[in-house]
Amino acid sequence: MSGHPSTYNPSSGLEKWLDKRLPIVRFGADFMDFPTPKNLNYWWTFGAILVVCLVIQIITGVVLAMHYTPHVDYAFASVEHIMRDVNYGWLMRYIHQNGASMFFIAVYIHMLRGLYYGSYKAPREMSWILGVIIFLLMMATAFMGYVLPWGQMSYWGATVITNLFSAIPLVGESIRTLLWGGFSVDNPTLNRFFSLHYLLPFAIFGVVVLHIWAFHTSGNNNPTGVDVKDVKKDTIPFHPYYTVKDGFAIVLFLIMFAAFVFFQPNALGHADNYIEANPLVTPASIVPEWYFLPFYAILRAVTFDIGPISAKLGGVIAMFGSILVLFILPWLDTSKVRSMRYRPVARMWFFLFIIACIALGYLGAKPAEGAYVMWAQIFTAYYFAFFLLILPLLGIMETPKPMPRSIAEAVLKPKSPEPAPAAVPAE
Amino acid sequence: MTTSDPANTDTPPGSDPNRRDFIHIFSIAAAVGGAGAVAWPLVHQMNPDASVLALSTKEVDISAVEVGQAIKVFWQGKPVFIRRRTPAEIEEAEQVPLSALVDPDARNDNLSGGVDATDDNRTTSSDGQATPEWLVLVGVCTHLGCIPLGTSAGENKGEFGGWFCPCHGSHYDTSGRIRKGPAPENMPVPPYQFVTDTTIRIG
Repeated sequence: MSGHPSTYNPSSGLEKWLDKRLPIVRFGADFMDFPTPKNLNYWWTFGAILVVCLVIQIITGVVLAMHYTPHVDYAFASVEHIMRDVNYGWLMRYIHQNGASMFFIAVYIHMLRGLYYGSYKAPREMSWILGVIIFLLMMATAFMGYVLPWGQMSYWGATVITNLFSAIPLVGESIRTLLWGGFSVDNPTLNRFFSLHYLLPFAIFGVVVLHIWAFHTSGNNNPTGVDVKDVKKDTIPFHPYYTVKDGFAIVLFLIMFAAFVFFQPNALGHADNYIEANPLVTPASIVPEWYFLPFYAILRAVTFDIGPISAKLGGVIAMFGSILVLFILPWLDTSKVRSMRYRPVARMWFFLFIIACIALGYLGAKPAEGAYVMWAQIFTAYYFAFFLLILPLLGIMETPKPMPRSIAEAVLKPKSPEPAPAAVPAE
Repeated sequence: MTTSDPANTDTPPGSDPNRRDFIHIFSIAAAVGGAGAVAWPLVHQMNPDASVLALSTKEVDISAVEVGQAIKVFWQGKPVFIRRRTPAEIEEAEQVPLSALVDPDARNDNLSGGVDATDDNRTTSSDGQATPEWLVLVGVCTHLGCIPLGTSAGENKGEFGGWFCPCHGSHYDTSGRIRKGPAPENMPVPPYQFVTDTTIRIG
């Protein structure tokens, strides 16, 4: 996982003994010594922030599972019991509940950073693909976790999402019954969601290890997108330079996190989830958590049949397609230039893409009628056009700006995008 | 084992294809068969269990339902709407031409598949008789599973006087057929029969 020659020298006798049998100290030392581009900016700190988020969710989640009861008759009450009776239960639950939102804030920034600086391009395709897998696992985990309190939004969100699977031709209804373990969302569904909600974070942890292994093999990308040419001039060891930079960013992030937990713990949730689930009454509007809203808007944007594909199936295909398209992104983007710093046209479309995502998020929370549907269709079309048309074409049509010849040069001449001749003396 | 072993001098490793092939084929076959044999129980355990299936029928007393009223009962974890329709509502449902329907299939579990969604076919119980006064439906929107409004007094019955789903705006008529909105199918009629004149068994 270190991807560079080991510099570890076991000093004590014990370390030498251990190094011959289980070189775990060597592994840790090489990991911390990893040569990292010296120009990483604060957008690169979100990887470490995400690790912190995962650890926080696992620790608070294990604690909550000690007090939670996964049964339709007791689940809602046991969450209230955690909030009112368990010592610091309110703190653990509010951290876990808001932690999911924080996790998604961080992961969206992390993904947009990868998109902007071309981190998905060769030779980092595997890091990117593993990242998309992590994102899918996160979505599944968050969705099932939201069902556990057994409030109205839990129940009806689970109903709407599991019903999506019935749109699959031939096997859809059987898959839905298999997910439910019955004829509707009920106790068997709650039980299996609890089991999987506990399992998946550890699966995420495993894929995170692969994700890091992959970019420790290829080396980190950096804001210029220029390859490391000289390890000595272009890189610095991960520790202490980036442990301290990441550490500082983590502290700032945790301040924002704490502000939500202590002052606005329910701002990101939906009030209806404090009403116990009732299979006979549908809430006035069913809205997913904020981090799913753009995808929910894409789902509802398909209101028309496309040939033999019904509107319902079309919406499901569009929603899953909006994530699956990320898997082939490394081969859709034809530009040889990684960083959008040097791609003036692509950069403009990129910012429009962010606007489209935010707009879809806004529209996902609105009723699916009238102008809202039309705008959702426009932004959905743009979302797909960005990946399937704009990025493939721009690689051929766009003239990139001149790039620095090395990371060291970019650091020494940060203000001038022109490559200064003879800025780096030949060795 | 050393190379000077007399047993190996004549037959070097790998020269006895039958025995080596046998253990390869045997272990691969055992692994594939075993994986399949283990996978099926692991998947099938998620399907509805015996206790869920045991609750699959329900008897309902409908003697207290007046003309123009409807009730909601709970069956298989889902609401079932039982509506005693007024003559005007029956008339309205019967007058709708099949060409005006989004879904022309009756979706009635009491009839074999592929019959037209006429009002009679929508109100036929498992004994084959149509009882237009009583409409029995699984009260779940066929779009994404919300509960349509229109059963209780004072609720929005939609543009066609039947039901209205508040989630994504599907309108159903007085026969529970989808007329407008994103839902693709009519609300299904569950298997049911009249045990007596005032008792229905669902399931």
